[in-house]
Amino acid sequence: MIAQADEPLVRWDWVADHLTRFCRNCIPTVLAQHLQLTGIAVGVGILIALPLAVLAFRHRRLYPPITWVTGVLYTIPSLALFMLLIPITHISTLTAEIGLVSYTLLILIRNTVAGLDGVPEDTKEAALAMGFTRRQLLWRVELPLALPAIIAGIRIATVTTVGLVTVTALIGMGGLGRLIRDGLQTFFPTPTVVGATLSVALAVAADVLLLGVQRGLSPWTRRRLRRAGVRAEG
Amino acid sequence: MISLRNVTKRFERDGRPAVSDLSLDVAEGETVVLVGPSGCGKTTTMKMINRLIEPTSGEIRVNGTDVLHQDPVELRRGMGYVIQTIGLMPHRTVAQNIATVPHLVAWEEARIERRVDELLDLFQLDREFRDRYPSELSGGQRQRVGVARALAADPPVMLMDEPFAAVDPIVRARLQDEFLEIQRRLRKTIVFVTHDVDEAIKMADRIAILNLGGILEQHDTPEAILRAPANAFVERFVGPERGLKRLALIPISEVGVEEGPVVAPGASPEEAVAAMDRFGLDWTSVVDGGELLGWVDRDALAGASRAADGRPRRFSAYVTAKDSLRKALDSIVTSHTNVAVVVSEGQRYLGVLTLERISREIVS
Repeated sequence: MIAQADEPLVRWDWVADHLTRFCRNCIPTVLAQHLQLTGIAVGVGILIALPLAVLAFRHRRLYPPITWVTGVLYTIPSLALFMLLIPITHISTLTAEIGLVSYTLLILIRNTVAGLDGVPEDTKEAALAMGFTRRQLLWRVELPLALPAIIAGIRIATVTTVGLVTVTALIGMGGLGRLIRDGLQTFFPTPTVVGATLSVALAVAADVLLLGVQRGLSPWTRRRLRRAGVRAEG
Repeated sequence: MISLRNVTKRFERDGRPAVSDLSLDVAEGETVVLVGPSGCGKTTTMKMINRLIEPTSGEIRVNGTDVLHQDPVELRRGMGYVIQTIGLMPHRTVAQNIATVPHLVAWEEARIERRVDELLDLFQLDREFRDRYPSELSGGQRQRVGVARALAADPPVMLMDEPFAAVDPIVRARLQDEFLEIQRRLRKTIVFVTHDVDEAIKMADRIAILNLGGILEQHDTPEAILRAPANAFVERFVGPERGLKRLALIPISEVGVEEGPVVAPGASPEEAVAAMDRFGLDWTSVVDGGELLGWVDRDALAGASRAADGRPRRFSAYVTAKDSLRKALDSIVTSHTNVAVVVSEGQRYLGVLTLERISREIVS
Protein backbone atom coordinates (compact mmCIF):
# COMPACT_ATOMS: atom_id res chain seq x y z
CA MET A 1 0.00 0.00 0.00
CA ILE A 2 1.75 3.04 -1.23
CA ALA A 3 -0.99 5.60 -0.96
CA GLN A 4 -3.91 6.61 1.16
CA ALA A 5 -7.19 5.18 0.03
CA ASP A 6 -8.51 7.90 -2.20
CA GLU A 7 -5.24 9.37 -3.44
CA PRO A 8 -5.09 9.36 -7.28
CA LEU A 9 -2.02 7.88 -8.96
CA VAL A 10 -1.06 11.15 -10.58
CA ARG A 11 -1.91 14.58 -9.35
CA TRP A 12 -1.48 16.68 -12.44
CA ASP A 13 -1.27 19.91 -10.53
CA TRP A 14 1.82 18.57 -8.79
CA VAL A 15 3.29 17.69 -12.15
CA ALA A 16 2.54 21.13 -13.57
CA ASP A 17 4.03 22.74 -10.53
CA HIS A 18 7.25 20.73 -10.67
CA LEU A 19 7.66 20.75 -14.42
CA THR A 20 9.13 24.13 -15.19
CA ARG A 21 11.07 25.09 -12.10
CA PHE A 22 14.42 23.98 -10.75
CA CYS A 23 13.59 23.12 -7.17
CA ARG A 24 15.16 20.24 -5.28
CA ASN A 25 12.76 17.63 -6.54
CA CYS A 26 11.53 19.38 -9.64
CA ILE A 27 11.47 17.40 -12.82
CA PRO A 28 14.07 19.42 -14.77
CA THR A 29 16.48 19.26 -11.82
CA VAL A 30 16.27 15.54 -11.24
CA LEU A 31 16.28 14.84 -14.97
CA ALA A 32 19.49 16.78 -15.38
CA GLN A 33 21.05 15.01 -12.40
CA HIS A 34 20.00 11.68 -13.80
CA LEU A 35 21.49 12.46 -17.15
CA GLN A 36 24.68 13.65 -15.54
CA LEU A 37 25.10 10.57 -13.36
CA THR A 38 24.37 8.30 -16.32
CA GLY A 39 26.61 10.19 -18.68
CA ILE A 40 29.59 10.18 -16.34
CA ALA A 41 29.16 6.50 -15.55
CA VAL A 42 28.95 5.39 -19.16
CA GLY A 43 31.67 7.80 -20.24
CA VAL A 44 34.14 6.62 -17.62
CA GLY A 45 33.07 3.05 -18.25
CA ILE A 46 33.97 3.42 -21.91
CA LEU A 47 37.32 5.00 -21.07
CA ILE A 48 38.21 2.06 -18.85
CA ALA A 49 36.56 -0.76 -20.76
CA LEU A 50 37.76 -0.02 -24.28
CA PRO A 51 41.49 -0.13 -23.59
CA LEU A 52 40.99 -3.18 -21.38
CA ALA A 53 39.03 -4.86 -24.15
CA VAL A 54 41.69 -4.14 -26.76
CA LEU A 55 44.28 -5.53 -24.35
CA ALA A 56 42.22 -8.65 -23.73
CA PHE A 57 41.69 -9.05 -27.47
CA ARG A 58 45.39 -8.87 -28.18
CA HIS A 59 46.45 -11.01 -25.25
CA ARG A 60 43.87 -13.68 -24.89
CA ARG A 61 45.20 -15.00 -21.59
CA LEU A 62 44.03 -11.77 -19.99
CA TYR A 63 40.47 -12.16 -21.16
CA PRO A 64 39.29 -14.74 -18.60
CA PRO A 65 40.58 -12.86 -15.52
CA ILE A 66 39.22 -9.56 -16.81
CA THR A 67 35.79 -10.98 -17.45
CA TRP A 68 35.89 -12.76 -14.11
CA VAL A 69 36.53 -9.56 -12.18
CA THR A 70 34.01 -7.49 -14.10
CA GLY A 71 31.56 -10.35 -13.88
CA VAL A 72 31.84 -10.49 -10.11
CA LEU A 73 31.35 -6.76 -9.93
CA TYR A 74 28.27 -7.11 -12.06
CA THR A 75 26.85 -9.83 -9.86
CA ILE A 76 27.06 -7.90 -6.62
CA PRO A 77 23.62 -6.37 -5.98
CA SER A 78 23.88 -2.66 -6.60
CA LEU A 79 22.64 -1.57 -3.22
CA ALA A 80 25.05 -3.91 -1.49
CA LEU A 81 27.91 -2.55 -3.57
CA PHE A 82 27.06 1.01 -2.64
CA MET A 83 26.82 0.03 1.02
CA LEU A 84 30.24 -1.59 0.85
CA LEU A 85 31.74 1.53 -0.68
CA ILE A 86 30.27 4.07 1.74
CA PRO A 87 32.72 3.43 4.60
CA ILE A 88 35.56 4.03 2.14
CA THR A 89 34.32 6.81 -0.07
CA HIS A 90 31.44 8.12 2.05
CA ILE A 91 28.10 9.21 0.75
CA SER A 92 29.10 11.08 -2.36
CA THR A 93 28.79 11.20 -6.10
CA LEU A 94 32.08 9.31 -6.23
CA THR A 95 30.58 6.35 -4.43
CA ALA A 96 27.65 6.31 -6.78
CA GLU A 97 29.88 6.60 -9.82
CA ILE A 98 32.27 3.86 -8.72
CA GLY A 99 29.34 1.53 -8.42
CA LEU A 100 27.69 2.65 -11.63
CA VAL A 101 30.89 2.40 -13.64
CA SER A 102 31.55 -1.10 -12.32
CA TYR A 103 28.28 -2.29 -13.74
CA THR A 104 29.04 -1.05 -17.21
CA LEU A 105 32.40 -2.75 -17.52
CA LEU A 106 31.38 -6.32 -18.17
CA ILE A 107 29.02 -5.62 -21.02
CA LEU A 108 31.28 -3.02 -22.60
CA ILE A 109 34.30 -5.31 -22.52
CA ARG A 110 32.39 -8.34 -23.73
CA ASN A 111 30.80 -6.51 -26.63
CA THR A 112 33.99 -4.78 -27.65
CA VAL A 113 35.94 -8.03 -27.71
CA ALA A 114 33.12 -9.71 -29.61
CA GLY A 115 33.13 -6.86 -32.09
CA LEU A 116 36.87 -7.13 -32.58
CA ASP A 117 36.59 -10.89 -32.97
CA GLY A 118 34.05 -10.34 -35.69
CA VAL A 119 36.47 -8.50 -37.96
CA PRO A 120 37.06 -10.82 -40.93
CA GLU A 121 40.48 -12.46 -40.95
CA ASP A 122 41.02 -11.87 -44.64
CA THR A 123 40.33 -8.17 -44.26
CA LYS A 124 43.04 -7.98 -41.61
CA GLU A 125 45.44 -10.06 -43.66
CA ALA A 126 44.89 -7.91 -46.72
CA ALA A 127 45.31 -4.74 -44.66
CA LEU A 128 48.62 -5.89 -43.21
CA ALA A 129 49.76 -7.07 -46.62
CA MET A 130 49.01 -3.67 -48.09
CA GLY A 131 51.27 -2.06 -45.52
CA PHE A 132 49.14 -1.01 -42.55
CA THR A 133 51.06 -0.80 -39.31
CA ARG A 134 49.53 -2.60 -36.32
CA ARG A 135 48.30 0.70 -34.98
CA GLN A 136 46.73 1.67 -38.29
CA LEU A 137 45.11 -1.73 -38.41
CA LEU A 138 43.53 -1.16 -35.02
CA TRP A 139 42.30 2.36 -35.62
CA ARG A 140 41.37 2.19 -39.29
CA VAL A 141 40.12 -1.36 -39.62
CA GLU A 142 39.45 -3.24 -36.39
CA LEU A 143 37.80 -0.60 -34.26
CA PRO A 144 35.62 0.85 -37.03
CA LEU A 145 34.41 -2.61 -37.93
CA ALA A 146 33.82 -3.43 -34.28
CA LEU A 147 31.92 -0.19 -33.82
CA PRO A 148 28.40 -1.61 -34.26
CA ALA A 149 29.05 -4.16 -31.52
CA ILE A 150 30.73 -1.56 -29.31
CA ILE A 151 27.83 0.84 -29.61
CA ALA A 152 25.39 -1.98 -28.99
CA GLY A 153 27.29 -2.56 -25.76
CA ILE A 154 27.10 1.13 -24.94
CA ARG A 155 23.38 1.03 -25.52
CA ILE A 156 22.93 -1.83 -23.12
CA ALA A 157 25.22 -0.22 -20.58
CA THR A 158 23.32 3.06 -20.85
CA VAL A 159 19.93 1.51 -20.42
CA THR A 160 21.17 -0.50 -17.43
CA THR A 161 22.76 2.56 -15.91
CA VAL A 162 19.61 4.64 -16.28
CA GLY A 163 17.88 2.02 -14.18
CA LEU A 164 20.67 1.78 -11.61
CA VAL A 165 20.86 5.53 -11.15
CA THR A 166 17.40 5.36 -9.64
CA VAL A 167 18.86 3.11 -6.93
CA THR A 168 21.47 5.70 -6.07
CA ALA A 169 18.69 7.81 -4.67
CA LEU A 170 18.81 5.42 -1.75
CA ILE A 171 22.27 6.66 -0.89
CA GLY A 172 21.30 10.27 -1.19
CA MET A 173 21.86 10.96 -4.86
CA GLY A 174 19.51 13.03 -6.95
CA GLY A 175 18.00 11.91 -10.19
CA LEU A 176 14.64 10.38 -10.95
CA GLY A 177 15.19 7.96 -8.11
CA ARG A 178 14.74 10.84 -5.73
CA LEU A 179 11.22 11.37 -6.99
CA ILE A 180 10.48 7.67 -6.61
CA ARG A 181 11.89 7.62 -3.10
CA ASP A 182 10.20 10.79 -1.95
CA GLY A 183 6.88 9.55 -3.19
CA LEU A 184 7.29 6.27 -1.36
CA GLN A 185 8.41 7.91 1.87
CA THR A 186 5.53 10.36 1.90
CA PHE A 187 2.92 7.93 0.66
CA PHE A 188 2.33 10.30 -2.21
CA PRO A 189 2.19 8.30 -5.43
CA THR A 190 2.54 11.11 -7.94
CA PRO A 191 6.29 11.66 -7.77
CA THR A 192 6.87 7.90 -7.69
CA VAL A 193 4.79 7.32 -10.78
CA VAL A 194 6.32 10.31 -12.54
CA GLY A 195 9.85 9.22 -11.56
CA ALA A 196 9.33 5.64 -12.65
CA THR A 197 7.67 6.57 -15.91
CA LEU A 198 10.34 9.06 -16.81
CA SER A 199 13.08 6.51 -16.01
CA VAL A 200 11.60 4.11 -18.47
CA ALA A 201 11.08 6.85 -21.02
CA LEU A 202 14.65 8.01 -20.60
CA ALA A 203 15.99 4.49 -21.03
CA VAL A 204 13.94 3.97 -24.16
CA ALA A 205 14.95 7.33 -25.55
CA ALA A 206 18.62 6.63 -24.91
CA ASP A 207 18.28 3.24 -26.54
CA VAL A 208 16.63 4.63 -29.64
CA LEU A 209 19.08 7.49 -29.90
CA LEU A 210 22.09 5.22 -29.62
CA LEU A 211 20.54 2.82 -32.10
CA GLY A 212 20.38 5.73 -34.50
CA VAL A 213 24.03 6.51 -33.82
CA GLN A 214 24.93 2.87 -34.35
CA ARG A 215 23.14 2.80 -37.68
CA GLY A 216 24.51 6.15 -38.71
CA LEU A 217 28.08 5.10 -38.02
CA SER A 218 27.82 1.82 -39.91
CA PRO A 219 26.17 2.49 -43.27
CA TRP A 220 27.87 -0.50 -44.81
CA THR A 221 25.88 -2.97 -42.74
CA ARG A 222 22.65 -1.96 -44.32
CA ARG A 223 23.58 -2.15 -47.97
CA ARG A 224 22.86 -5.27 -49.92
CA LEU A 225 23.57 -6.39 -53.46
CA ARG A 226 21.23 -4.64 -55.81
CA ARG A 227 20.39 -6.43 -59.01
CA ALA A 228 19.36 -3.41 -61.06
CA GLY A 229 22.15 -1.51 -62.75
CA VAL A 230 24.64 -4.36 -62.55
CA ARG A 231 26.33 -5.29 -65.79
CA ALA A 232 25.66 -8.74 -67.17
CA GLU A 233 27.36 -11.34 -64.98
CA GLY A 234 30.74 -11.16 -63.40
CA MET B 1 63.59 -8.84 -59.99
CA ILE B 2 62.74 -11.32 -57.25
CA SER B 3 65.19 -13.97 -56.19
CA LEU B 4 64.92 -16.64 -53.54
CA ARG B 5 68.07 -18.42 -52.46
CA ASN B 6 67.98 -21.50 -50.25
CA VAL B 7 64.86 -20.33 -48.52
CA THR B 8 63.58 -22.58 -45.78
CA LYS B 9 60.55 -22.19 -43.53
CA ARG B 10 59.99 -24.33 -40.52
CA PHE B 11 56.88 -23.63 -38.47
CA GLU B 12 57.75 -25.87 -35.56
CA ARG B 13 61.31 -26.20 -34.39
CA ASP B 14 61.63 -29.89 -35.10
CA GLY B 15 58.85 -30.33 -37.55
CA ARG B 16 59.15 -30.94 -41.24
CA PRO B 17 59.82 -27.74 -43.13
CA ALA B 18 56.95 -26.20 -45.05
CA VAL B 19 59.47 -24.93 -47.56
CA SER B 20 62.84 -26.53 -47.89
CA ASP B 21 65.89 -24.93 -49.45
CA LEU B 22 64.00 -23.30 -52.29
CA SER B 23 65.81 -21.25 -54.88
CA LEU B 24 63.81 -19.46 -57.52
CA ASP B 25 64.02 -16.41 -59.75
CA VAL B 26 61.36 -14.18 -61.16
CA ALA B 27 62.46 -11.88 -63.93
CA GLU B 28 61.13 -8.36 -64.26
CA GLY B 29 57.82 -8.22 -66.07
CA GLU B 30 57.41 -11.97 -65.81
CA THR B 31 54.49 -13.91 -64.37
CA VAL B 32 55.69 -16.93 -62.46
CA VAL B 33 52.97 -19.26 -61.25
CA LEU B 34 53.67 -21.38 -58.19
CA VAL B 35 51.58 -24.49 -58.47
CA GLY B 36 51.45 -27.75 -56.61
CA PRO B 37 49.34 -29.94 -54.32
CA SER B 38 48.16 -28.81 -50.88
CA GLY B 39 51.05 -28.58 -48.50
CA CYS B 40 53.63 -27.82 -51.14
CA GLY B 41 54.40 -24.48 -49.58
CA LYS B 42 53.37 -22.30 -52.49
CA THR B 43 51.38 -19.84 -50.39
CA THR B 44 54.01 -19.86 -47.67
CA THR B 45 56.66 -19.05 -50.24
CA MET B 46 54.64 -16.17 -51.63
CA LYS B 47 54.03 -14.76 -48.16
CA MET B 48 57.71 -14.80 -47.38
CA ILE B 49 58.35 -12.40 -50.23
CA ASN B 50 56.45 -9.66 -48.43
CA ARG B 51 57.33 -11.02 -45.01
CA LEU B 52 53.84 -11.82 -43.86
CA ILE B 53 55.71 -14.99 -42.95
CA GLU B 54 59.34 -14.67 -41.96
CA PRO B 55 61.74 -17.16 -43.51
CA THR B 56 63.60 -19.44 -41.14
CA SER B 57 66.71 -19.22 -43.28
CA GLY B 58 67.78 -18.23 -46.75
CA GLU B 59 67.78 -15.01 -48.65
CA ILE B 60 65.06 -13.21 -50.52
CA ARG B 61 65.87 -10.23 -52.68
CA VAL B 62 63.48 -7.90 -54.42
CA ASN B 63 65.09 -5.58 -56.93
CA GLY B 64 68.45 -6.39 -55.46
CA THR B 65 67.57 -5.49 -51.88
CA ASP B 66 67.36 -8.14 -49.20
CA VAL B 67 63.84 -8.00 -47.87
CA LEU B 68 65.01 -8.83 -44.36
CA HIS B 69 66.91 -5.55 -44.31
CA GLN B 70 63.88 -3.54 -45.24
CA ASP B 71 61.08 -2.25 -43.06
CA PRO B 72 58.28 -4.77 -43.70
CA VAL B 73 55.64 -2.06 -43.80
CA GLU B 74 57.48 -0.12 -46.50
CA LEU B 75 58.17 -3.36 -48.35
CA ARG B 76 54.49 -4.26 -48.44
CA ARG B 77 53.40 -0.83 -49.59
CA GLY B 78 55.47 -1.42 -52.68
CA MET B 79 53.78 -4.70 -53.54
CA GLY B 80 50.28 -5.45 -54.70
CA TYR B 81 48.60 -8.27 -52.81
CA VAL B 82 45.49 -10.22 -53.76
CA ILE B 83 44.07 -13.19 -51.92
CA GLN B 84 41.29 -15.58 -52.76
CA THR B 85 38.70 -13.99 -50.51
CA ILE B 86 40.03 -10.56 -51.47
CA GLY B 87 39.52 -9.07 -48.00
CA LEU B 88 37.97 -5.80 -49.06
CA MET B 89 37.29 -3.48 -46.18
CA PRO B 90 33.55 -3.78 -45.58
CA HIS B 91 33.26 -0.34 -44.06
CA ARG B 92 34.82 1.46 -46.99
CA THR B 93 33.35 2.15 -50.41
CA VAL B 94 34.83 0.75 -53.58
CA ALA B 95 36.63 4.02 -54.26
CA GLN B 96 38.01 4.15 -50.73
CA ASN B 97 39.14 0.54 -50.90
CA ILE B 98 40.96 1.09 -54.16
CA ALA B 99 42.55 4.23 -52.75
CA THR B 100 43.89 2.42 -49.68
CA VAL B 101 47.60 2.26 -50.51
CA PRO B 102 47.76 5.66 -52.23
CA HIS B 103 46.37 7.10 -49.00
CA LEU B 104 48.91 5.19 -46.94
CA VAL B 105 51.75 6.62 -48.99
CA ALA B 106 50.19 10.09 -48.94
CA TRP B 107 49.42 10.82 -52.55
CA GLU B 108 47.52 14.05 -52.99
CA GLU B 109 43.76 13.81 -53.22
CA ALA B 110 43.43 14.84 -56.85
CA ARG B 111 45.92 12.23 -57.96
CA ILE B 112 44.12 9.56 -55.95
CA GLU B 113 40.78 10.48 -57.52
CA ARG B 114 42.21 10.27 -61.01
CA ARG B 115 43.83 6.95 -60.27
CA VAL B 116 40.59 5.47 -58.91
CA ASP B 117 38.72 6.52 -62.05
CA GLU B 118 41.49 5.15 -64.23
CA LEU B 119 41.31 1.78 -62.50
CA LEU B 120 37.53 1.62 -62.60
CA ASP B 121 37.74 2.14 -66.35
CA LEU B 122 40.51 -0.40 -66.70
CA PHE B 123 38.41 -3.02 -64.96
CA GLN B 124 35.25 -2.02 -66.75
CA LEU B 125 33.38 -0.94 -63.67
CA ASP B 126 30.90 1.89 -64.09
CA ARG B 127 31.49 5.10 -62.18
CA GLU B 128 28.43 4.36 -60.11
CA PHE B 129 30.44 1.67 -58.34
CA ARG B 130 32.58 4.30 -56.67
CA ASP B 131 30.28 4.76 -53.72
CA ARG B 132 29.07 1.23 -53.34
CA TYR B 133 30.10 -0.91 -50.42
CA PRO B 134 31.58 -4.40 -50.88
CA SER B 135 28.38 -5.94 -49.59
CA GLU B 136 26.67 -4.52 -52.67
CA LEU B 137 28.98 -6.19 -55.16
CA SER B 138 28.79 -9.55 -56.87
CA GLY B 139 31.67 -12.01 -56.53
CA GLY B 140 33.21 -11.10 -59.86
CA GLN B 141 32.99 -7.39 -59.12
CA ARG B 142 34.66 -7.89 -55.78
CA GLN B 143 37.56 -9.75 -57.39
CA ARG B 144 38.00 -6.93 -59.86
CA VAL B 145 38.00 -4.31 -57.14
CA GLY B 146 40.50 -6.42 -55.23
CA VAL B 147 42.91 -6.54 -58.14
CA ALA B 148 42.34 -2.85 -58.86
CA ARG B 149 43.18 -2.08 -55.25
CA ALA B 150 46.40 -4.06 -55.52
CA LEU B 151 47.40 -2.08 -58.61
CA ALA B 152 46.40 1.31 -57.23
CA ALA B 153 49.80 2.57 -56.14
CA ASP B 154 51.34 1.11 -59.30
CA PRO B 155 53.61 -1.35 -57.51
CA PRO B 156 56.19 -3.12 -59.67
CA VAL B 157 55.48 -6.44 -57.98
CA MET B 158 52.19 -8.26 -57.48
CA LEU B 159 51.57 -11.23 -55.22
CA MET B 160 48.40 -13.12 -56.02
CA ASP B 161 47.16 -16.14 -54.10
CA GLU B 162 44.35 -17.94 -55.94
CA PRO B 163 42.74 -14.59 -56.76
CA PHE B 164 40.13 -16.02 -59.08
CA ALA B 165 39.25 -19.19 -57.19
CA ALA B 166 36.22 -17.88 -55.37
CA VAL B 167 34.03 -17.38 -58.43
CA ASP B 168 32.32 -19.74 -60.82
CA PRO B 169 34.24 -21.06 -63.88
CA ILE B 170 32.61 -18.73 -66.38
CA VAL B 171 33.40 -15.63 -64.39
CA ARG B 172 36.83 -17.01 -63.58
CA ALA B 173 37.73 -17.48 -67.25
CA ARG B 174 36.62 -13.95 -67.95
CA LEU B 175 38.63 -12.52 -65.05
CA GLN B 176 41.68 -14.46 -66.19
CA ASP B 177 41.36 -13.15 -69.73
CA GLU B 178 40.88 -9.60 -68.53
CA PHE B 179 43.85 -9.89 -66.24
CA LEU B 180 46.06 -11.30 -68.97
CA GLU B 181 45.09 -8.35 -71.14
CA ILE B 182 45.90 -5.89 -68.37
CA GLN B 183 49.19 -7.60 -67.63
CA ARG B 184 50.13 -7.42 -71.30
CA ARG B 185 49.88 -3.68 -71.04
CA LEU B 186 51.34 -3.16 -67.60
CA ARG B 187 54.05 -5.81 -67.50
CA LYS B 188 54.17 -6.17 -63.74
CA THR B 189 56.37 -8.74 -62.07
CA ILE B 190 53.89 -11.26 -60.74
CA VAL B 191 54.07 -14.22 -58.38
CA PHE B 192 50.82 -16.09 -58.78
CA VAL B 193 49.78 -19.05 -56.66
CA THR B 194 47.23 -21.62 -57.71
CA HIS B 195 46.44 -25.27 -57.20
CA ASP B 196 44.88 -25.48 -60.66
CA VAL B 197 47.46 -26.56 -63.21
CA ASP B 198 45.29 -25.40 -66.12
CA GLU B 199 45.12 -21.93 -64.66
CA ALA B 200 48.90 -22.06 -64.29
CA ILE B 201 49.31 -23.03 -67.93
CA LYS B 202 47.02 -20.22 -68.98
CA MET B 203 48.43 -17.44 -66.85
CA ALA B 204 52.14 -18.15 -66.60
CA ASP B 205 55.20 -17.02 -68.48
CA ARG B 206 56.95 -19.65 -66.42
CA ILE B 207 55.59 -22.21 -64.02
CA ALA B 208 57.28 -23.43 -60.86
CA ILE B 209 55.90 -26.82 -59.91
CA LEU B 210 56.33 -27.46 -56.21
CA ASN B 211 56.09 -30.73 -54.38
CA LEU B 212 55.33 -31.24 -50.68
CA GLY B 213 57.77 -29.38 -48.51
CA GLY B 214 58.50 -26.78 -51.13
CA ILE B 215 60.61 -28.98 -53.33
CA LEU B 216 60.95 -27.43 -56.76
CA GLU B 217 60.29 -30.13 -59.33
CA GLN B 218 60.36 -28.11 -62.52
CA HIS B 219 60.62 -24.44 -63.37
CA ASP B 220 60.03 -23.66 -67.02
CA THR B 221 57.60 -22.32 -69.58
CA PRO B 222 54.20 -24.02 -69.80
CA GLU B 223 55.05 -25.24 -73.25
CA ALA B 224 58.32 -26.81 -72.13
CA ILE B 225 56.73 -28.48 -69.12
CA LEU B 226 53.96 -29.95 -71.23
CA ARG B 227 56.38 -31.10 -73.86
CA ALA B 228 58.88 -32.64 -71.47
CA PRO B 229 57.76 -33.13 -67.86
CA ALA B 230 60.85 -33.46 -65.66
CA ASN B 231 59.65 -36.50 -63.74
CA ALA B 232 56.69 -38.70 -62.91
CA PHE B 233 55.37 -36.27 -60.33
CA VAL B 234 55.22 -33.43 -62.83
CA GLU B 235 53.74 -35.70 -65.45
CA ARG B 236 50.98 -36.77 -63.11
CA PHE B 237 50.41 -33.28 -61.82
CA VAL B 238 50.12 -31.74 -65.25
CA GLY B 239 47.40 -34.21 -66.00
CA PRO B 240 46.28 -36.17 -69.04
CA GLU B 241 45.86 -34.86 -72.56
CA ARG B 242 49.12 -32.97 -72.55
CA GLY B 243 48.99 -32.87 -76.33
CA LEU B 244 45.71 -31.01 -76.29
CA LYS B 245 46.94 -28.68 -73.58
CA ARG B 246 49.95 -27.82 -75.66
CA LEU B 247 47.74 -27.16 -78.66
CA ALA B 248 45.74 -24.76 -76.54
CA LEU B 249 48.85 -22.65 -76.09
CA ILE B 250 49.60 -22.19 -79.77
CA PRO B 251 47.64 -19.59 -81.71
CA ILE B 252 46.84 -20.30 -85.34
CA SER B 253 48.64 -17.13 -86.35
CA GLU B 254 51.89 -18.70 -85.18
CA VAL B 255 51.46 -21.70 -87.46
CA GLY B 256 50.09 -20.22 -90.63
CA VAL B 257 47.37 -21.55 -92.89
CA GLU B 258 47.25 -23.29 -96.25
CA GLU B 259 45.29 -21.84 -99.09
CA GLY B 260 42.93 -24.75 -99.48
CA PRO B 261 40.53 -25.25 -102.39
CA VAL B 262 39.09 -21.89 -103.43
CA VAL B 263 37.13 -20.79 -106.47
CA ALA B 264 35.41 -17.57 -107.40
CA PRO B 265 31.62 -17.57 -107.68
CA GLY B 266 31.83 -17.28 -111.44
CA ALA B 267 34.16 -20.25 -111.89
CA SER B 268 33.04 -23.19 -114.00
CA PRO B 269 32.20 -26.52 -112.35
CA GLU B 270 35.31 -28.00 -114.00
CA GLU B 271 37.51 -25.42 -112.31
CA ALA B 272 35.84 -26.17 -109.02
CA VAL B 273 36.42 -29.90 -109.38
CA ALA B 274 40.01 -29.25 -110.33
CA ALA B 275 40.48 -27.27 -107.16
CA MET B 276 39.02 -30.14 -105.15
CA ASP B 277 41.29 -32.66 -106.79
CA ARG B 278 44.36 -30.53 -106.20
CA PHE B 279 43.80 -30.77 -102.48
CA GLY B 280 42.35 -34.25 -102.46
CA LEU B 281 39.03 -33.08 -101.03
CA ASP B 282 35.41 -33.48 -102.01
CA TRP B 283 34.50 -29.85 -101.67
CA THR B 284 35.76 -26.35 -102.36
CA SER B 285 35.23 -22.98 -100.82
CA VAL B 286 33.57 -20.25 -102.82
CA VAL B 287 35.14 -16.89 -102.13
CA ASP B 288 33.94 -13.65 -103.65
CA GLY B 289 36.72 -11.09 -103.60
CA GLY B 290 37.89 -12.16 -100.13
CA GLU B 291 34.45 -12.70 -98.68
CA LEU B 292 33.66 -16.32 -97.87
CA LEU B 293 30.31 -17.42 -99.30
CA GLY B 294 30.42 -21.07 -98.30
CA TRP B 295 31.33 -24.43 -99.72
CA VAL B 296 30.10 -26.62 -102.54
CA ASP B 297 30.68 -30.29 -103.25
CA ARG B 298 30.46 -32.32 -106.45
CA ASP B 299 26.79 -33.09 -105.94
CA ALA B 300 25.91 -29.45 -105.48
CA LEU B 301 27.66 -28.60 -108.75
CA ALA B 302 25.73 -31.12 -110.81
CA GLY B 303 23.85 -29.24 -113.48
CA ALA B 304 25.22 -25.87 -112.45
CA SER B 305 26.90 -23.57 -114.94
CA ARG B 306 28.79 -21.61 -112.32
CA ALA B 307 30.17 -22.45 -108.90
CA ALA B 308 27.83 -19.98 -107.28
CA ASP B 309 24.82 -21.77 -108.72
CA GLY B 310 25.71 -24.75 -106.60
CA ARG B 311 24.31 -22.81 -103.67
CA PRO B 312 27.34 -22.68 -101.38
CA ARG B 313 26.56 -23.85 -97.85
CA ARG B 314 27.88 -22.04 -94.83
CA PHE B 315 30.54 -23.83 -92.83
CA SER B 316 29.38 -25.13 -89.46
CA ALA B 317 32.29 -23.54 -87.62
CA TYR B 318 35.03 -21.00 -88.23
CA VAL B 319 38.16 -20.15 -86.35
CA THR B 320 40.15 -16.96 -86.41
CA ALA B 321 43.90 -16.44 -86.42
CA LYS B 322 43.79 -15.65 -82.70
CA ASP B 323 42.19 -18.95 -81.77
CA SER B 324 44.34 -21.80 -80.55
CA LEU B 325 45.21 -24.94 -82.44
CA ARG B 326 43.09 -26.77 -79.94
CA LYS B 327 40.05 -24.85 -81.04
CA ALA B 328 40.97 -25.57 -84.63
CA LEU B 329 41.20 -29.27 -83.81
CA ASP B 330 37.79 -29.14 -82.20
CA SER B 331 36.41 -27.49 -85.32
CA ILE B 332 37.88 -30.22 -87.51
CA VAL B 333 36.47 -32.99 -85.40
CA THR B 334 32.98 -31.50 -85.43
CA SER B 335 32.63 -30.53 -89.09
CA HIS B 336 32.01 -32.43 -92.33
CA THR B 337 34.89 -30.80 -94.04
CA ASN B 338 37.88 -32.31 -92.23
CA VAL B 339 39.68 -29.00 -92.09
CA ALA B 340 39.39 -25.93 -89.96
CA VAL B 341 38.40 -22.89 -91.95
CA VAL B 342 40.23 -19.79 -90.83
CA VAL B 343 38.67 -16.40 -91.32
CA SER B 344 39.55 -12.91 -90.23
CA GLU B 345 37.51 -10.90 -87.74
CA GLY B 346 35.34 -9.62 -90.58
CA GLN B 347 34.62 -13.08 -92.00
CA ARG B 348 37.16 -12.69 -94.77
CA TYR B 349 38.62 -15.98 -95.93
CA LEU B 350 42.18 -16.63 -94.83
CA GLY B 351 42.76 -20.30 -95.48
CA VAL B 352 42.45 -23.75 -93.98
CA LEU B 353 44.25 -25.77 -91.38
CA THR B 354 44.52 -29.51 -91.73
CA LEU B 355 44.77 -32.15 -89.06
CA GLU B 356 48.10 -33.18 -90.39
CA ARG B 357 49.45 -29.66 -90.12
CA ILE B 358 48.22 -29.35 -86.54
CA SER B 359 49.72 -32.58 -85.30
CA ARG B 360 53.05 -31.65 -86.89
CA GLU B 361 53.22 -28.88 -84.30
CA ILE B 362 53.36 -31.19 -81.36
CA VAL B 363 54.92 -34.29 -82.74
CA SER B 364 58.13 -32.46 -83.59
